[in-house]
Amino acid sequence: MRTIFYIMQKEFIQVFRNRMMLPIIFLMPVIQLLILSFAVTYEIKQIRLYITDIDNSVASRSLLQHFRSSPFYQIEGESKNAAEGMENIRKGTVHQMICILPGFEKNLAKGVPAKVQIINDAINGSAAALMNAYTVSIIGNYNQGIIAEAVPEAQPVVKINWLYWFNPELDYKTYMIPGILVLLVTIIGMFLAGMNVVREKEIGTIEQINVTPIKKYQFIAGKLIPFWIIALFDLAAGLLMARFFFSIPILGNIFLIFLVASVYLIVVMGIGLFISTVTNTQQQSMFLAWFFLVVFILMSGLFTPVESMPQWARNINVINPIAYFIRMIRMIMLKGSGFQDIVKHLIYLALYGITILSLAVWRYRKTT
Amino acid sequence: MKRFIIKEFLHIFRDVRSMVILFGMPLVQVLLFGFAITNEIRDAKVSIVDPTPDVVTHAIRNKLFASGFFIESEILNSQEEISENFRKGESKMVVIFENDFSGKMERGEHPTIQLIADASDPNTASMLVNYSNGIISEFNRGQQASSGFPLIIAEPRMIYNPALKGVYMFVPGIITILLMLVSAMMTSISIAREKELGTMEVLLVSPLKPFNIIAGKVIPYVLLSFINAISILLLSYYVFGVPVKGSIILLLAESILFIILALSLGIFISTIANNQQTAMMLSMFAMMLPTILLSGFIFPIENMPEVLQWLSLAMPPRWFIQIIKSIMLKGSGINYFWKETLILAFMAMVFIVASIRKFKIRLA
Amino acid sequence: MSSNGLVIEAENMVKRFGRFIANDNLTFSVSKGEIFGFLGANGAGKTTAIRILCGLSRPTSGKIRVAGYDVYTETEKIKRRIGYMSQRFSLYEDLTVIENFRFFGGIYGLKRPVIMERSHEMLTRLGIIHFENTVISELPLGIRQKLAFSVSILHTPELVFLDEPTGGVDPITRRQFWEMIHEAAASGITVFVTTHYMDEAEYCNRVSIMVDGKIEALDTPERLKTKYQAQNMNEVFLKLARKTN
Repeated sequence: MRTIFYIMQKEFIQVFRNRMMLPIIFLMPVIQLLILSFAVTYEIKQIRLYITDIDNSVASRSLLQHFRSSPFYQIEGESKNAAEGMENIRKGTVHQMICILPGFEKNLAKGVPAKVQIINDAINGSAAALMNAYTVSIIGNYNQGIIAEAVPEAQPVVKINWLYWFNPELDYKTYMIPGILVLLVTIIGMFLAGMNVVREKEIGTIEQINVTPIKKYQFIAGKLIPFWIIALFDLAAGLLMARFFFSIPILGNIFLIFLVASVYLIVVMGIGLFISTVTNTQQQSMFLAWFFLVVFILMSGLFTPVESMPQWARNINVINPIAYFIRMIRMIMLKGSGFQDIVKHLIYLALYGITILSLAVWRYRKTT
Repeated sequence: MKRFIIKEFLHIFRDVRSMVILFGMPLVQVLLFGFAITNEIRDAKVSIVDPTPDVVTHAIRNKLFASGFFIESEILNSQEEISENFRKGESKMVVIFENDFSGKMERGEHPTIQLIADASDPNTASMLVNYSNGIISEFNRGQQASSGFPLIIAEPRMIYNPALKGVYMFVPGIITILLMLVSAMMTSISIAREKELGTMEVLLVSPLKPFNIIAGKVIPYVLLSFINAISILLLSYYVFGVPVKGSIILLLAESILFIILALSLGIFISTIANNQQTAMMLSMFAMMLPTILLSGFIFPIENMPEVLQWLSLAMPPRWFIQIIKSIMLKGSGINYFWKETLILAFMAMVFIVASIRKFKIRLA
Repeated sequence: MSSNGLVIEAENMVKRFGRFIANDNLTFSVSKGEIFGFLGANGAGKTTAIRILCGLSRPTSGKIRVAGYDVYTETEKIKRRIGYMSQRFSLYEDLTVIENFRFFGGIYGLKRPVIMERSHEMLTRLGIIHFENTVISELPLGIRQKLAFSVSILHTPELVFLDEPTGGVDPITRRQFWEMIHEAAASGITVFVTTHYMDEAEYCNRVSIMVDGKIEALDTPERLKTKYQAQNMNEVFLKLARKTN
């Protein structure tokens, strides 16, 4: 135990003596949380619309008035020339064009279906689908209005209402901040611990340690614990900010969050340390760690729903610590889930941690 | 000079592990993400509360689950069970049918279906509600006598990506991330490494000019990144069917411009970092997260608060993503994005000049 | 320690890297309290041998015992009894002198007061106690090497391995360094030292000379000079090297 303490002491001195590293470890995550939390939103605030009203009749203007008066739409341009609208889409200044062809009013009067074209820039498929849905629903309401005028008693057979639980305002920050927090803590944990060992390999100081009677687990523990403490400290700072600056509700037990985080960090740092035992240079280990990190992040459900992924991809998430942690931290923070609700995931994560640490200890060679 | 470049090459290529990492991993990532990552909703778990199941509720339930968006999770009985269910994360939405559903319908009353979505994930929640809403409205329309009333029919057209594929969005983003990483991160670390191991001093006292030293370090990475870019493009074309509608030469030229920019950023980082670890953490925080989050890769920039939109102007990936999307998906020519191109070139200049100044100061 | 007074016993020690033979059937022994010089040109296989004896690298074959323990199965027991100063600079540059002492003493399991007492004593003897709180990177190479040596014997090992301890150091410091080695030997620590400065061989009790992975000669400096009819060790070495080429 004393041996571990001496390694920890040394690591702390080295971290705190590095003038460049200190702000990176302690300030950067906070700044990033502050800035990036505002960036992560799928919510569409405004649709930039182009109107091509070739019919230019009372009926077409009446329909278009619904778009003009909606705060959702910003009319970026208007003409009778559809090609001009297309050009705007290509330039990227406009997301959507509504095109009313000649004969619109006449058809409507005759009882023939009158067509309205909606052209969406669909490169961002999901955003395009949403924008399209807004527009289609405005036209649908307009239709309902026409029908209601003609047959006042017509009413939908089944009524629908809906509630959004846990986040009635559909606030993205509430959803994303726990996730970003996870990310920042992960980068700190995985990289600091992992790189540290390879660095000693590269500089050569590891020889001096390998020639001492130190036990392998003592060495790994001594490397792990300091960065584990630092990462937990970062997490605490981030949580404080989430709570008081972003007013994110923390419904669940804060100690439970830390319990989960402690286990989680052991896993990611274990991965970092394991990588460092199989690589020889910091460059290699960094690239490897980066690879796993990006894969883990993008597949974790942090930015895109896990449910949408194919089964095989979801199976990969069995070894994705970030997926476990994100699920748990969101459950605890946003839904107030308790220990019983998450215990299953937590046990998996703990087993994972034990496995990866044992691997790291096993793979660390004092004698080559 | 030539020898020196060759030395750097050998450095990278001799090591099989590094080679596998540098070339293999980006490809694995593209494949993984291309297949796995999407914003579409599929198979979301939905639980049902249906106190008096009957023909009508079953018809509606069948319609919901036939859509492919949802799969049935559990049948629940009480309010408590719903909360429990959400807390455990067993379902994303609960559909609650009113008591005596078909009876009320027969009596001409309008029974209610309540949707409760777990909005801790707001995006999924609103999509789920939207979809179910649409399905139930359709059911309603089917029940209403069809009428000869005048109707406006919306004819949506999705251009550039008719199938609304997620890869169209992700491929440009992933190319950008990978180029940024291999170029900027790897150079910054490889220069920081020479500093850390003291070999930089050896190079600096050699008759090579600082410019040549830097160029020698950088050229292998330009090539590496370029090969990576091409292999990603090939993959996305042949495996995911992402088209290259515009000029491929233009695309490659812009890629080289971006690679140079990323490299100059990497050099700049290495001039301020004192060791590899610092260089790495700087690159990580200063580049990776902003590249993912502030570039429009996943989250559309125009949805962000104004301050961040301004900030995103300073992010090189933002401009590059815009350029590749224009070339690949829209088939536009340089006249559509000469501004973006100039911005990238200007940014590269700034970093190069800044690094040279930093470098000189250190030598003096 | 083994009963026969031998601290190192190596019999037919071989280390191969693929087809390259770094150590070719080395057989030698070192007795307690001896200063044993391990000489050879760069690349002769000195560092490879030292790494095997320290338990950092596994030999390909041969019977080797260090401090009475087997290098195949009892490396950790060996490590408890030896000190090692590697060729590459081995102190943490961003730590102060005393922090380095504390760290290495700590992982050898010494108690804090013991570490403090010994390191103060060593620093005082070296006359550099005023550098106690200086960061290593700010010290000149000569002082660093003396410190690295002090650290390697901080835990009073039976045996200390010094791999090129005087490389790149000025002649005066080299002289002082050898005084330190003699002091250590006088206090009962066996010293196993590699060097390619042949004049330093004169300070050793016995030397072995390696050429191309083989031990070509092993005896006291005096007897080697007589045998090869040489003025000094440098001539001995040149004659040996020429003979094999």
